[in-house]
Amino acid sequence: MNIEERLLAGDKRACARLISMLENNDREAFELVKKLYYKSKGAYVIGITGSPGSGKSTLTDKLTKVLRKANKKVGIIAIDPTSPFSGGAILGDRIRMNDLSLDKDVFIRSMGTRGSLGGISKATRGAVRVLDIFGCDYIFIETVGVGQSEIDIVKTADTVVMVMVPNMGDDIQAIKAGTMEIADVFAINKSDLDGADKTKLELEMNLDLNEEKSYRPPVLKVAAGKNQGIEELIMSIMKHKRYLEESGELKNRRIRNNKQELIELTQDELIRIIMEKAVEKDLLDKLAKEVTEKNLDPYTAKDTIVNLIRS
Amino acid sequence: MDRPIRVLVAKPGLDGHDRGAKVVARALRDAGMEVIYTGLRQTPEQIVAAAIQEDVDVVAMSILSGAHNHLFPKVVNLLRGEGADDILVIGGGVIPDDDIPGLKDAGIEAIFTPGTATSDIIYFINNNLKR
Ligand SMILES: Nc1nc2c(ncn2[C@@H]2O[C@H](COP(=O)(O)OP(=O)(O)OP(=O)(O)O)[C@@H](O)[C@H]2O)c(=O)[nH]1
Ligand SMILES: [Mg+2]
Repeated sequence: MNIEERLLAGDKRACARLISMLENNDREAFELVKKLYYKSKGAYVIGITGSPGSGKSTLTDKLTKVLRKANKKVGIIAIDPTSPFSGGAILGDRIRMNDLSLDKDVFIRSMGTRGSLGGISKATRGAVRVLDIFGCDYIFIETVGVGQSEIDIVKTADTVVMVMVPNMGDDIQAIKAGTMEIADVFAINKSDLDGADKTKLELEMNLDLNEEKSYRPPVLKVAAGKNQGIEELIMSIMKHKRYLEESGELKNRRIRNNKQELIELTQDELIRIIMEKAVEKDLLDKLAKEVTEKNLDPYTAKDTIVNLIRS
Repeated sequence: MDRPIRVLVAKPGLDGHDRGAKVVARALRDAGMEVIYTGLRQTPEQIVAAAIQEDVDVVAMSILSGAHNHLFPKVVNLLRGEGADDILVIGGGVIPDDDIPGLKDAGIEAIFTPGTATSDIIYFINNNLKR
Protein backbone atom coordinates (compact mmCIF):
# COMPACT_ATOMS: atom_id res chain seq x y z
CA MET A 1 0.00 0.00 0.00
CA ASN A 2 1.18 3.51 -0.67
CA ILE A 3 1.19 6.26 1.93
CA GLU A 4 -2.24 7.62 0.91
CA GLU A 5 -3.96 4.30 1.28
CA ARG A 6 -2.18 3.63 4.54
CA LEU A 7 -3.20 7.02 5.94
CA LEU A 8 -6.83 6.47 5.01
CA ALA A 9 -6.68 2.99 6.56
CA GLY A 10 -5.61 4.57 9.86
CA ASP A 11 -1.91 3.65 9.78
CA LYS A 12 -0.10 5.77 12.35
CA ARG A 13 3.29 5.47 10.66
CA ALA A 14 1.88 6.89 7.44
CA CYS A 15 0.26 9.72 9.38
CA ALA A 16 3.51 10.46 11.23
CA ARG A 17 5.56 10.40 8.05
CA LEU A 18 3.26 12.75 6.19
CA ILE A 19 3.40 15.25 9.05
CA SER A 20 7.22 15.12 8.96
CA MET A 21 7.21 15.68 5.22
CA LEU A 22 5.06 18.79 5.67
CA GLU A 23 7.31 20.03 8.48
CA ASN A 24 10.29 19.62 6.19
CA ASN A 25 8.58 21.43 3.30
CA ASP A 26 8.71 18.32 1.15
CA ARG A 27 6.85 19.12 -2.08
CA GLU A 28 5.64 15.55 -2.37
CA ALA A 29 3.63 16.07 0.81
CA PHE A 30 1.79 19.03 -0.74
CA GLU A 31 0.88 16.85 -3.72
CA LEU A 32 -0.46 14.15 -1.41
CA VAL A 33 -2.58 16.60 0.59
CA LYS A 34 -3.93 18.04 -2.65
CA LYS A 35 -5.42 14.66 -3.40
CA LEU A 36 -6.46 13.72 0.11
CA TYR A 37 -8.01 17.02 1.19
CA TYR A 38 -11.48 16.01 0.02
CA LYS A 39 -11.43 13.03 2.36
CA SER A 40 -11.28 15.25 5.46
CA LYS A 41 -14.43 15.47 7.53
CA GLY A 42 -13.78 18.79 9.24
CA ALA A 43 -12.45 17.77 12.64
CA TYR A 44 -13.15 20.19 15.46
CA VAL A 45 -9.98 22.01 16.51
CA ILE A 46 -9.43 23.08 20.12
CA GLY A 47 -6.52 25.36 21.02
CA ILE A 48 -5.02 25.08 24.50
CA THR A 49 -2.96 28.12 25.35
CA GLY A 50 -1.61 29.82 28.48
CA SER A 51 1.61 30.60 30.28
CA PRO A 52 4.45 28.07 30.74
CA GLY A 53 3.71 25.46 33.37
CA SER A 54 0.07 26.44 33.73
CA GLY A 55 -0.94 22.82 33.09
CA LYS A 56 -1.78 22.79 29.37
CA SER A 57 -0.43 19.29 28.75
CA THR A 58 -2.01 17.81 31.87
CA LEU A 59 -5.32 19.38 30.90
CA THR A 60 -5.09 18.14 27.31
CA ASP A 61 -4.47 14.63 28.64
CA LYS A 62 -7.55 14.77 30.85
CA LEU A 63 -9.80 16.34 28.21
CA THR A 64 -8.75 13.66 25.74
CA LYS A 65 -9.68 10.92 28.19
CA VAL A 66 -13.20 12.35 28.46
CA LEU A 67 -13.57 12.43 24.68
CA ARG A 68 -12.27 8.88 24.47
CA LYS A 69 -15.06 7.73 26.79
CA ALA A 70 -17.45 9.03 24.14
CA ASN A 71 -15.43 7.00 21.62
CA LYS A 72 -14.13 10.03 19.73
CA LYS A 73 -10.85 9.76 17.82
CA VAL A 74 -8.43 12.42 19.05
CA GLY A 75 -5.31 14.05 17.61
CA ILE A 76 -2.96 16.13 19.72
CA ILE A 77 -0.32 18.52 18.41
CA ALA A 78 1.93 19.80 21.19
CA ILE A 79 4.32 22.62 20.40
CA ASP A 80 7.46 23.57 22.29
CA PRO A 81 10.04 26.23 21.43
CA THR A 82 12.93 25.58 19.06
CA SER A 83 16.22 27.04 20.24
CA PRO A 84 17.09 29.98 17.99
CA PHE A 85 20.77 29.23 18.57
CA SER A 86 21.06 25.55 17.70
CA GLY A 87 17.81 24.91 15.83
CA GLY A 88 17.28 22.00 18.23
CA ALA A 89 14.47 21.59 20.74
CA ILE A 90 13.41 19.57 23.74
CA LEU A 91 9.80 18.55 23.24
CA GLY A 92 8.48 17.47 26.63
CA ASP A 93 4.71 17.64 26.50
CA ARG A 94 4.28 13.88 26.10
CA ILE A 95 5.51 13.39 29.67
CA ARG A 96 1.99 14.31 30.85
CA MET A 97 0.24 12.15 28.24
CA ASN A 98 2.00 8.81 28.45
CA ASP A 99 -1.17 6.86 29.24
CA LEU A 100 -2.55 7.88 25.87
CA SER A 101 0.37 6.54 23.81
CA LEU A 102 -1.09 3.06 23.43
CA ASP A 103 -4.65 4.09 22.64
CA LYS A 104 -5.17 3.23 18.98
CA ASP A 105 -7.58 6.14 18.54
CA VAL A 106 -5.24 8.79 19.89
CA PHE A 107 -2.36 10.28 17.90
CA ILE A 108 0.09 12.61 19.65
CA ARG A 109 2.69 14.61 17.81
CA SER A 110 5.27 17.00 19.30
CA MET A 111 6.54 19.86 17.17
CA GLY A 112 9.23 22.51 17.55
CA THR A 113 8.33 26.07 16.58
CA ARG A 114 11.20 26.07 14.03
CA GLY A 115 11.45 29.85 13.96
CA SER A 116 7.78 30.82 14.14
CA LEU A 117 6.88 33.34 16.83
CA GLY A 118 3.09 33.10 17.07
CA GLY A 119 2.90 30.16 19.48
CA ILE A 120 2.52 27.41 16.87
CA SER A 121 4.77 26.30 14.01
CA LYS A 122 4.35 26.85 10.30
CA ALA A 123 3.49 23.22 9.75
CA THR A 124 0.84 23.10 12.48
CA ARG A 125 -2.02 23.81 10.09
CA GLY A 126 -0.74 21.15 7.74
CA ALA A 127 -0.54 18.67 10.61
CA VAL A 128 -4.14 19.51 11.55
CA ARG A 129 -5.20 18.69 8.00
CA VAL A 130 -3.34 15.38 8.06
CA LEU A 131 -4.93 14.39 11.37
CA ASP A 132 -8.31 15.36 9.95
CA ILE A 133 -7.76 13.11 6.92
CA PHE A 134 -6.51 10.42 9.33
CA GLY A 135 -10.02 10.48 10.77
CA CYS A 136 -9.75 12.43 14.02
CA ASP A 137 -13.00 13.87 15.36
CA TYR A 138 -11.23 16.34 17.66
CA ILE A 139 -7.77 17.85 17.41
CA PHE A 140 -6.04 19.64 20.28
CA ILE A 141 -3.25 22.11 19.66
CA GLU A 142 -1.15 22.93 22.72
CA THR A 143 0.71 26.18 22.04
CA VAL A 144 4.26 26.88 23.24
CA GLY A 145 3.20 28.85 26.25
CA VAL A 146 5.45 31.85 26.07
CA GLY A 147 2.54 34.05 27.02
CA GLN A 148 1.94 37.18 25.07
CA SER A 149 2.32 36.62 21.35
CA GLU A 150 0.35 33.44 20.86
CA ILE A 151 -2.20 34.96 18.56
CA ASP A 152 -1.78 32.40 15.78
CA ILE A 153 -3.86 29.90 17.71
CA VAL A 154 -6.95 32.06 17.17
CA LYS A 155 -6.39 31.80 13.44
CA THR A 156 -6.12 28.01 13.59
CA ALA A 157 -8.53 26.73 16.23
CA ASP A 158 -12.33 26.68 16.42
CA THR A 159 -12.37 27.04 20.21
CA VAL A 160 -9.52 28.55 22.21
CA VAL A 161 -9.15 27.54 25.85
CA MET A 162 -7.01 29.96 27.87
CA VAL A 163 -5.38 28.21 30.81
CA MET A 164 -4.61 30.45 33.76
CA VAL A 165 -3.41 29.77 37.28
CA PRO A 166 -4.37 31.50 40.54
CA ASN A 167 -2.10 34.03 42.19
CA MET A 168 0.55 34.27 39.53
CA GLY A 169 0.43 38.04 39.87
CA ASP A 170 0.33 38.09 36.10
CA ASP A 171 -3.42 37.84 35.80
CA ILE A 172 -3.96 41.55 35.38
CA GLN A 173 -0.95 41.74 33.10
CA ALA A 174 -2.30 38.96 30.92
CA ILE A 175 -5.64 40.67 30.69
CA LYS A 176 -3.93 43.85 29.53
CA ALA A 177 -1.88 42.04 26.94
CA GLY A 178 -4.98 41.08 24.99
CA THR A 179 -5.63 37.60 26.29
CA MET A 180 -9.25 38.54 26.85
CA GLU A 181 -9.82 38.67 23.09
CA ILE A 182 -8.20 35.32 22.40
CA ALA A 183 -10.16 33.14 24.80
CA ASP A 184 -13.46 31.43 24.10
CA VAL A 185 -13.27 29.58 27.41
CA PHE A 186 -11.17 30.41 30.46
CA ALA A 187 -9.88 27.53 32.58
CA ILE A 188 -8.35 28.54 35.90
CA ASN A 189 -6.20 25.47 36.50
CA LYS A 190 -4.60 24.44 39.80
CA SER A 191 -7.67 25.70 41.61
CA ASP A 192 -6.68 23.31 44.40
CA LEU A 193 -4.27 26.14 45.29
CA ASP A 194 -5.37 29.37 46.96
CA GLY A 195 -6.61 32.34 45.01
CA ALA A 196 -8.69 30.75 42.27
CA ASP A 197 -11.82 32.62 43.35
CA LYS A 198 -10.04 35.93 43.21
CA THR A 199 -8.69 35.22 39.73
CA LYS A 200 -12.17 34.17 38.59
CA LEU A 201 -13.64 37.39 39.96
CA GLU A 202 -11.02 39.52 38.18
CA LEU A 203 -11.73 37.77 34.89
CA GLU A 204 -15.50 38.09 35.28
CA MET A 205 -15.14 41.79 36.03
CA ASN A 206 -13.15 42.25 32.86
CA LEU A 207 -15.70 40.29 30.86
CA ASP A 208 -18.45 42.56 32.25
CA LEU A 209 -16.87 45.37 30.25
CA ASN A 210 -17.68 43.69 26.91
CA GLU A 211 -21.46 43.90 27.36
CA GLU A 212 -22.43 43.86 23.74
CA LYS A 213 -20.89 40.55 22.74
CA SER A 214 -23.41 37.85 21.82
CA TYR A 215 -21.19 35.19 23.37
CA ARG A 216 -19.61 35.54 26.80
CA PRO A 217 -16.62 33.25 27.54
CA PRO A 218 -17.27 31.19 30.66
CA VAL A 219 -14.69 31.10 33.45
CA LEU A 220 -14.18 27.65 34.99
CA LYS A 221 -12.17 26.51 37.95
CA VAL A 222 -10.40 23.23 37.24
CA ALA A 223 -7.59 21.13 38.68
CA ALA A 224 -6.20 19.00 35.87
CA GLY A 225 -3.67 17.37 38.17
CA LYS A 226 -6.52 16.16 40.36
CA ASN A 227 -8.89 15.44 37.49
CA GLN A 228 -11.41 17.99 38.83
CA GLY A 229 -13.73 20.10 36.71
CA ILE A 230 -12.79 18.36 33.47
CA GLU A 231 -16.31 17.23 32.50
CA GLU A 232 -17.57 20.78 33.09
CA LEU A 233 -14.77 22.15 30.92
CA ILE A 234 -15.66 19.79 28.09
CA MET A 235 -19.28 20.88 28.42
CA SER A 236 -18.25 24.53 28.10
CA ILE A 237 -16.19 23.74 25.01
CA MET A 238 -19.17 21.91 23.50
CA LYS A 239 -21.42 24.83 24.34
CA HIS A 240 -19.11 27.17 22.45
CA LYS A 241 -19.03 24.72 19.56
CA ARG A 242 -22.83 24.69 19.48
CA TYR A 243 -22.94 28.48 19.62
CA LEU A 244 -20.58 28.68 16.63
CA GLU A 245 -22.55 26.11 14.67
CA GLU A 246 -25.98 27.56 15.35
CA SER A 247 -24.99 31.17 14.73
CA GLY A 248 -23.16 30.35 11.52
CA GLU A 249 -19.98 31.72 13.07
CA LEU A 250 -18.14 28.42 12.69
CA LYS A 251 -18.16 28.72 8.93
CA ASN A 252 -17.15 32.40 9.12
CA ARG A 253 -14.29 31.53 11.44
CA ARG A 254 -13.09 28.77 9.17
CA ILE A 255 -13.26 31.02 6.13
CA ARG A 256 -11.25 33.62 8.02
CA ASN A 257 -8.72 30.99 9.10
CA ASN A 258 -8.40 29.52 5.62
CA LYS A 259 -7.88 33.00 4.23
CA GLN A 260 -5.07 33.55 6.70
CA GLU A 261 -3.53 30.24 5.70
CA LEU A 262 -3.76 31.17 2.02
CA ILE A 263 -2.01 34.46 2.69
CA GLU A 264 0.81 32.73 4.53
CA LEU A 265 1.22 29.94 1.99
CA THR A 266 1.30 32.46 -0.85
CA GLN A 267 3.80 34.67 0.96
CA ASP A 268 6.09 31.73 1.63
CA GLU A 269 5.94 30.51 -1.94
CA LEU A 270 6.54 33.94 -3.47
CA ILE A 271 9.45 34.65 -1.18
CA ARG A 272 10.93 31.25 -1.89
CA ILE A 273 10.70 31.76 -5.67
CA ILE A 274 12.13 35.27 -5.57
CA MET A 275 14.90 34.43 -3.13
CA GLU A 276 15.96 31.39 -5.14
CA LYS A 277 16.36 33.58 -8.20
CA ALA A 278 18.09 36.34 -6.25
CA VAL A 279 20.58 33.95 -4.71
CA GLU A 280 21.20 32.30 -8.05
CA LYS A 281 22.13 35.68 -9.53
CA ASP A 282 24.04 36.73 -6.44
CA LEU A 283 21.75 39.73 -6.53
CA LEU A 284 21.15 40.22 -2.82
CA ASP A 285 24.81 40.69 -2.00
CA LYS A 286 25.40 42.95 -4.98
CA LEU A 287 22.43 45.17 -4.22
CA ALA A 288 23.23 45.38 -0.52
CA LYS A 289 26.70 46.58 -1.44
CA GLU A 290 25.33 49.15 -3.90
CA VAL A 291 22.95 50.50 -1.27
CA THR A 292 25.74 50.72 1.30
CA GLU A 293 27.97 52.60 -1.12
CA LYS A 294 25.10 54.95 -1.99
CA ASN A 295 25.08 53.98 -5.63
CA LEU A 296 21.50 52.90 -5.20
CA ASP A 297 18.60 53.63 -2.84
CA PRO A 298 17.00 50.72 -0.93
CA TYR A 299 13.58 51.06 -2.59
CA THR A 300 14.89 50.79 -6.13
CA ALA A 301 16.97 47.81 -4.98
CA LYS A 302 13.81 46.23 -3.61
CA ASP A 303 12.00 46.81 -6.91
CA THR A 304 14.82 45.01 -8.72
CA ILE A 305 14.35 41.97 -6.50
CA VAL A 306 10.56 41.96 -6.66
CA ASN A 307 10.72 42.21 -10.46
CA LEU A 308 12.48 38.84 -10.51
CA ILE A 309 9.08 37.19 -10.11
CA ARG A 310 8.31 38.21 -13.68
CA SER A 311 11.53 36.91 -15.13
CA MET B 1 16.51 18.96 2.51
CA ASP B 2 17.86 20.42 5.69
CA ARG B 3 15.86 18.86 8.45
CA PRO B 4 16.59 18.36 12.13
CA ILE B 5 17.29 14.82 13.30
CA ARG B 6 14.50 13.66 15.62
CA VAL B 7 15.45 11.59 18.66
CA LEU B 8 13.23 9.95 21.26
CA VAL B 9 15.03 9.91 24.61
CA ALA B 10 13.32 7.32 26.77
CA LYS B 11 13.75 5.74 30.18
CA PRO B 12 12.35 2.22 30.27
CA GLY B 13 12.26 0.33 33.54
CA LEU B 14 11.87 1.43 37.10
CA ASP B 15 14.72 3.90 37.61
CA GLY B 16 13.89 6.65 40.07
CA HIS B 17 15.70 9.52 38.39
CA ASP B 18 16.57 10.73 34.93
CA ARG B 19 19.43 13.18 35.38
CA GLY B 20 21.66 11.40 32.89
CA ALA B 21 18.93 11.23 30.26
CA LYS B 22 18.27 14.94 30.69
CA VAL B 23 21.94 15.79 30.21
CA VAL B 24 21.95 13.79 26.97
CA ALA B 25 18.67 15.42 25.86
CA ARG B 26 20.13 18.89 26.32
CA ALA B 27 23.35 18.01 24.52
CA LEU B 28 21.39 16.66 21.54
CA ARG B 29 19.24 19.79 21.46
CA ASP B 30 22.37 21.94 21.48
CA ALA B 31 23.63 19.89 18.55
CA GLY B 32 20.52 20.96 16.61
CA MET B 33 18.36 17.88 17.12
CA GLU B 34 14.69 17.73 18.07
CA VAL B 35 14.50 15.65 21.21
CA ILE B 36 11.21 14.12 22.28
CA TYR B 37 11.42 13.48 25.97
CA THR B 38 8.88 11.18 27.59
CA GLY B 39 9.99 10.91 31.22
CA LEU B 40 10.47 8.00 33.58
CA ARG B 41 9.14 4.44 33.69
CA GLN B 42 8.16 3.86 30.09
CA THR B 43 7.16 0.42 28.93
CA PRO B 44 8.71 -0.85 25.68
CA GLU B 45 5.23 -0.65 24.11
CA GLN B 46 4.90 3.03 25.07
CA ILE B 47 8.37 3.80 23.75
CA VAL B 48 7.61 2.19 20.40
CA ALA B 49 4.20 3.90 20.12
CA ALA B 50 5.82 7.28 20.78
CA ALA B 51 8.66 6.58 18.34
CA ILE B 52 6.15 5.80 15.59
CA GLN B 53 3.88 8.79 16.19
CA GLU B 54 6.84 11.16 16.47
CA ASP B 55 8.49 9.67 13.34
CA VAL B 56 11.90 9.72 14.98
CA ASP B 57 15.20 8.80 13.38
CA VAL B 58 16.69 7.56 16.64
CA VAL B 59 15.50 5.92 19.86
CA ALA B 60 17.98 6.52 22.69
CA MET B 61 17.29 4.63 25.92
CA SER B 62 18.95 4.66 29.29
CA ILE B 63 18.66 2.20 32.17
CA LEU B 64 20.42 2.23 35.50
CA SER B 65 18.53 -0.53 37.25
CA GLY B 66 19.71 -3.58 35.35
CA ALA B 67 16.80 -4.68 33.17
CA HIS B 68 18.61 -3.74 29.93
CA ASN B 69 19.04 -7.33 28.66
CA HIS B 70 15.29 -7.71 28.62
CA LEU B 71 14.00 -4.21 27.80
CA PHE B 72 16.41 -3.00 25.09
CA PRO B 73 15.94 -6.01 22.77
CA LYS B 74 12.20 -5.89 23.36
CA VAL B 75 12.06 -2.34 21.99
CA VAL B 76 14.06 -3.37 18.92
CA ASN B 77 11.75 -6.32 18.27
CA LEU B 78 8.59 -4.28 18.69
CA LEU B 79 9.94 -1.66 16.28
CA ARG B 80 10.69 -4.39 13.74
CA GLY B 81 7.18 -5.70 14.21
CA GLU B 82 5.86 -2.28 13.23
CA GLY B 83 8.08 -2.23 10.16
CA ALA B 84 10.09 0.58 11.69
CA ASP B 85 13.51 -1.03 11.32
CA ASP B 86 14.88 2.17 9.79
CA ILE B 87 15.06 3.70 13.28
CA LEU B 88 18.52 3.68 14.88
CA VAL B 89 18.37 2.27 18.43
CA ILE B 90 21.08 3.11 20.95
CA GLY B 91 21.35 2.51 24.69
CA GLY B 92 23.14 3.74 27.72
CA GLY B 93 23.37 3.47 31.47
CA VAL B 94 25.02 1.10 33.90
CA ILE B 95 25.73 -1.85 31.62
CA PRO B 96 28.40 -4.50 32.32
CA ASP B 97 30.94 -5.01 29.52
CA ASP B 98 29.93 -8.67 29.25
CA ASP B 99 26.40 -7.73 28.24
CA ILE B 100 27.40 -5.43 25.39
CA PRO B 101 28.04 -7.99 22.61
CA GLY B 102 24.67 -9.65 23.23
CA LEU B 103 22.87 -6.31 23.10
CA LYS B 104 24.60 -5.41 19.84
CA ASP B 105 23.58 -8.75 18.36
CA ALA B 106 20.03 -7.96 19.39
CA GLY B 107 20.08 -4.77 17.32
CA ILE B 108 21.08 -2.07 19.79
CA GLU B 109 23.69 -0.47 17.61
CA ALA B 110 25.71 1.32 20.25
CA ILE B 111 25.99 1.20 24.02
CA PHE B 112 27.26 4.21 25.92
CA THR B 113 28.35 3.58 29.49
CA PRO B 114 28.66 6.26 32.20
CA GLY B 115 31.48 8.68 31.49
CA THR B 116 30.93 8.71 27.71
CA ALA B 117 31.28 12.26 26.37
CA THR B 118 28.03 13.54 24.91
CA SER B 119 30.02 14.56 21.83
CA ASP B 120 30.67 10.84 21.17
CA ILE B 121 26.94 10.14 21.22
CA ILE B 122 26.28 13.04 18.83
CA TYR B 123 29.04 11.86 16.51
CA PHE B 124 27.67 8.33 16.47
CA ILE B 125 24.13 9.47 15.70
CA ASN B 126 25.26 11.78 12.91
CA ASN B 127 27.19 8.98 11.24
CA ASN B 128 24.87 6.03 11.68
CA LEU B 129 21.38 7.20 10.74
CA LYS B 130 19.51 4.58 8.77
CA ARG B 131 17.50 6.94 6.61
N1 LIG C 1 -1.30 21.89 42.07
C1 LIG C 1 -1.58 21.53 40.83
N2 LIG C 1 -0.57 21.31 39.95
C2 LIG C 1 -0.89 20.98 38.68
C3 LIG C 1 -2.24 20.85 38.25
N3 LIG C 1 -2.24 20.52 36.94
C4 LIG C 1 -0.93 20.45 36.56
N4 LIG C 1 -0.12 20.70 37.61
C5 LIG C 1 1.37 20.67 37.61
O1 LIG C 1 1.88 21.76 36.89
C6 LIG C 1 3.12 21.41 36.28
C7 LIG C 1 3.11 21.80 34.80
O2 LIG C 1 2.13 21.02 34.14
P1 LIG C 1 2.12 20.86 32.56
O3 LIG C 1 0.87 20.15 32.20
O4 LIG C 1 3.41 20.28 32.11
O5 LIG C 1 2.05 22.40 32.13
P2 LIG C 1 2.22 23.04 30.67
O6 LIG C 1 1.42 24.29 30.64
O7 LIG C 1 1.90 22.01 29.64
O8 LIG C 1 3.76 23.37 30.63
P3 LIG C 1 4.64 23.81 29.36
O9 LIG C 1 4.22 22.95 28.20
O10 LIG C 1 6.03 23.55 29.80
O11 LIG C 1 4.36 25.28 29.14
C8 LIG C 1 3.31 19.94 36.52
O12 LIG C 1 4.20 19.76 37.57
C9 LIG C 1 1.92 19.47 36.87
O13 LIG C 1 1.95 18.32 37.71
C10 LIG C 1 -3.27 21.08 39.20
O14 LIG C 1 -4.47 20.99 38.92
N5 LIG C 1 -2.88 21.43 40.46
MG1 LIG D 1 3.08 21.34 28.03
